[in-house]
Amino acid sequence: MKLRVNGEARDVDVDPATPLLWVLRDQLGLTGAKYGCGLEQCGACAVLCDGKAVLSCSTAAASFAGREITTVEGLAAGGLDFVQRAFVAEQAAQCGYCIPGIVIAARALLDANPEPSDAQIRAALDTHLCRCGTHPRILRAVKRAARERALAR
Amino acid sequence: MIPPSLQRNPELDTWLAVNADGTVTVFTGKVELGQGIKTALARIAAEELDVAPARVRVRTADTASGPNELYTVGSNSLEESGTALRLAAAEARRALLETAAEELGVHVDALRVRDGAISAPGREGGTTYFALFGGKRFARKVSADAPAKPASEYRVLGRSGARVGMEELVSGRAVFAQDLRLPGMLHARVVRGPTARARLVELDDAEARRLPGVVAVVRDGSFVAVAAESAAQADAAAARLRKSARWEPAPDGWPQDELFARMRAAEAKSYPVENGVAVDAPLPPRVTPDGVVRSLRATYTRPYQMHASIGPSAAMAHEVAGALTVWTHTQGVSVLRPAIAQALALPAERVRLIHVEGPGCYGHNGADDVAFDAALVAHALPGRPVHVQWSREDEHAFEPYGTAMIVDLEAGLDAQGRVTDWCHEARGFTHALRAIPFGERVSGLMAAWQRERAMAPPSPRPMLVHHGGIHRNADPLYAFPQRRIVKHFLADSPLRTSALRGLGAYANVFALESFLDEVAHAAGADPVEFRLRHLDDERARDVIGAAAARFGWQPATRPAGGGRGRGFAFARYKNQKSWAAVAVELTVDDATAQIRLERAVIAADAGQIVDPDGLVNQLEGGLVQSASWTLHEEVRFDRERVTSLDWETYPILRFGEVPDIETVLLDRPGEPWLGAGEATQGPTAAAIGNAVFDATGLRLRDLPFTPERVRKAAAGG
Repeated sequence: MKLRVNGEARDVDVDPATPLLWVLRDQLGLTGAKYGCGLEQCGACAVLCDGKAVLSCSTAAASFAGREITTVEGLAAGGLDFVQRAFVAEQAAQCGYCIPGIVIAARALLDANPEPSDAQIRAALDTHLCRCGTHPRILRAVKRAARERALAR
Repeated sequence: MIPPSLQRNPELDTWLAVNADGTVTVFTGKVELGQGIKTALARIAAEELDVAPARVRVRTADTASGPNELYTVGSNSLEESGTALRLAAAEARRALLETAAEELGVHVDALRVRDGAISAPGREGGTTYFALFGGKRFARKVSADAPAKPASEYRVLGRSGARVGMEELVSGRAVFAQDLRLPGMLHARVVRGPTARARLVELDDAEARRLPGVVAVVRDGSFVAVAAESAAQADAAAARLRKSARWEPAPDGWPQDELFARMRAAEAKSYPVENGVAVDAPLPPRVTPDGVVRSLRATYTRPYQMHASIGPSAAMAHEVAGALTVWTHTQGVSVLRPAIAQALALPAERVRLIHVEGPGCYGHNGADDVAFDAALVAHALPGRPVHVQWSREDEHAFEPYGTAMIVDLEAGLDAQGRVTDWCHEARGFTHALRAIPFGERVSGLMAAWQRERAMAPPSPRPMLVHHGGIHRNADPLYAFPQRRIVKHFLADSPLRTSALRGLGAYANVFALESFLDEVAHAAGADPVEFRLRHLDDERARDVIGAAAARFGWQPATRPAGGGRGRGFAFARYKNQKSWAAVAVELTVDDATAQIRLERAVIAADAGQIVDPDGLVNQLEGGLVQSASWTLHEEVRFDRERVTSLDWETYPILRFGEVPDIETVLLDRPGEPWLGAGEATQGPTAAAIGNAVFDATGLRLRDLPFTPERVRKAAAGG
């Protein structure tokens, strides 16, 4: 099976029904996307598919053929991207297990809507669970990312 | 006094090493749980050594090296490891300067250090810690008499700085225990019955064994695991095994709707609590003092609640030539090591535990059990590393929960509106049943109960120590003239329970700070003023004043009504850690009965601030997690099993529900630094309940505050 991941064509030899998450984590060594529930309930496994945030834990890898998959590792390939830099600047993590999925969701949001309102940010992240209670500074980090990209333009 | 961590680990080299590459490594027996301990310890060492924090690497617990500091629990890590490390760093600085003085031929008092560079003002030349001592051993004990820097000279502590590991986290390079991958590693899954004590009566593993990639099905009594070459193959095989397994359930448990009635009816071991310590003595009689003009009583309850870590527990184990290594996100490698060794009948020297970070645990979750699961499978398949990943359902169903509690309160008021006497009776199951080594026949590790040669689960015992589980924060900090505090310990919980962040403090502070609000209203007093009326502790008064000022608290003696309200609460965790006051503003929707948090203010005093950013993160995280417990969380179960098995059946707080939070830190330079990770949970719950009362006139005494509970209260209870 052929997949495009982080800008590269990758050949993987797995049962095509294998969820994308396990292909990324086991075949491709990309453990940035996390296993959180396997039920599409928590958002920890989010990756970008053609620029949109999708959950990878329950959908067969085969259905991503011909799509461009980007993981948090891919976002950081040329140095941290603007969302990742904003999360670092706001120190927006405690344990950090949910953060890769939230970074992905934030990047997809800001690409589609560069100046989201507070309510739009909360709505975009509402399917992502954080158990440490880091929400306030995650929200600040997303706002900072939007602000800093606007300034850089 | 030499702190216990140093008494246990006196050698300086156990704590600190200077490296030739310009870095310093510090070793701690504590572990990073997301609470930011690595950042805090790096800053303490940097301050005392006079090096930039970025030069300091922190290595967390490993049974083969570094100090043994037992568990990372109880908001103790800064006080224990931080204090020990500060003394170790001061000792190291003294040793380094003595060596430099000899090398440079000057008196030690003439030397100055800046970011590890040593010079003697007015003289040519100099050296650095790293050139002088890189890779060498100190070979001396930490005497604890090396001069530590006075707070007035601090350049790092109390000021903002970078959190350790952020770039790795956001870029996916951080390796959690869930992410461990070694060449040749097998992926294993454990197949469990409806409860931990269910007995496996039938299993046909033939089909599972034939699936692609499956290497072994490991069965030992009622313990079943499957190991495969890939995670997806292990998942598929486990699903097949699950279908073929037939379980004889454990005897019927309690129906959930009878939980509190049965807790009342159950035989309890009861202890008076004196100065925070439960005493093995008869309960004192109730004495109503003179001058009581009004008495109040109320009962508060808290259901079973989960740690509900965002990542299900995982561990890797590898047995080579009879020596077992386990990579684990446990809170206590040096305690889990002998527990695993005993359960496997191996000498402890043949078992090494290495801590690897995991998702936040908030107490005793599945981490220890999955470590033993991995050890068992690796023990059955020597030579290959084995990674066991629990599923979401495994974690929800089998983690030990925070116990349900019942808190009964009574108070008397005199004609001047002062509390005359205060009674607090806290009832619950154990808050701490960790996998300590119990011997050859008893184990705290779940799989040990399931094997053919089964070990028995430990019998819970009451913790009588200062602010132990059920009576943690039962003894209020207020200067009430008479108090009667009682701990009622119940032995046999229908669900397995152990330590969840805050232990009894969450329910006790929720209850007493809600009840104090009731008493204040009965006295016709403003709740903030009423608290101050009964408080002599200056630092308590300061945090209450700071929170009220930042919030813009206007005194009032009647509920505001109209669906919008504010509430206030306060506690000092264990009456000996950080002080925290919380004020919240919320609305209660008339139509949906939903509570919506709008804003919150925290004021806290954690002594000398080590890392202000980390401190705020812990205080605010505690508030948000407590808001989740308080508004949403209750473990559901029936007579057969737990039925809260995922995020739909155990909902937690979401981004749309999080209030704006402002935090005020009261720094106390030179005072001991105090743990703060469990400071805001209790006050948050009570502040929310008090705000609901302010908004609606309804007093919510049973957690969680779901719309159903609000409606029930509106209908008259």
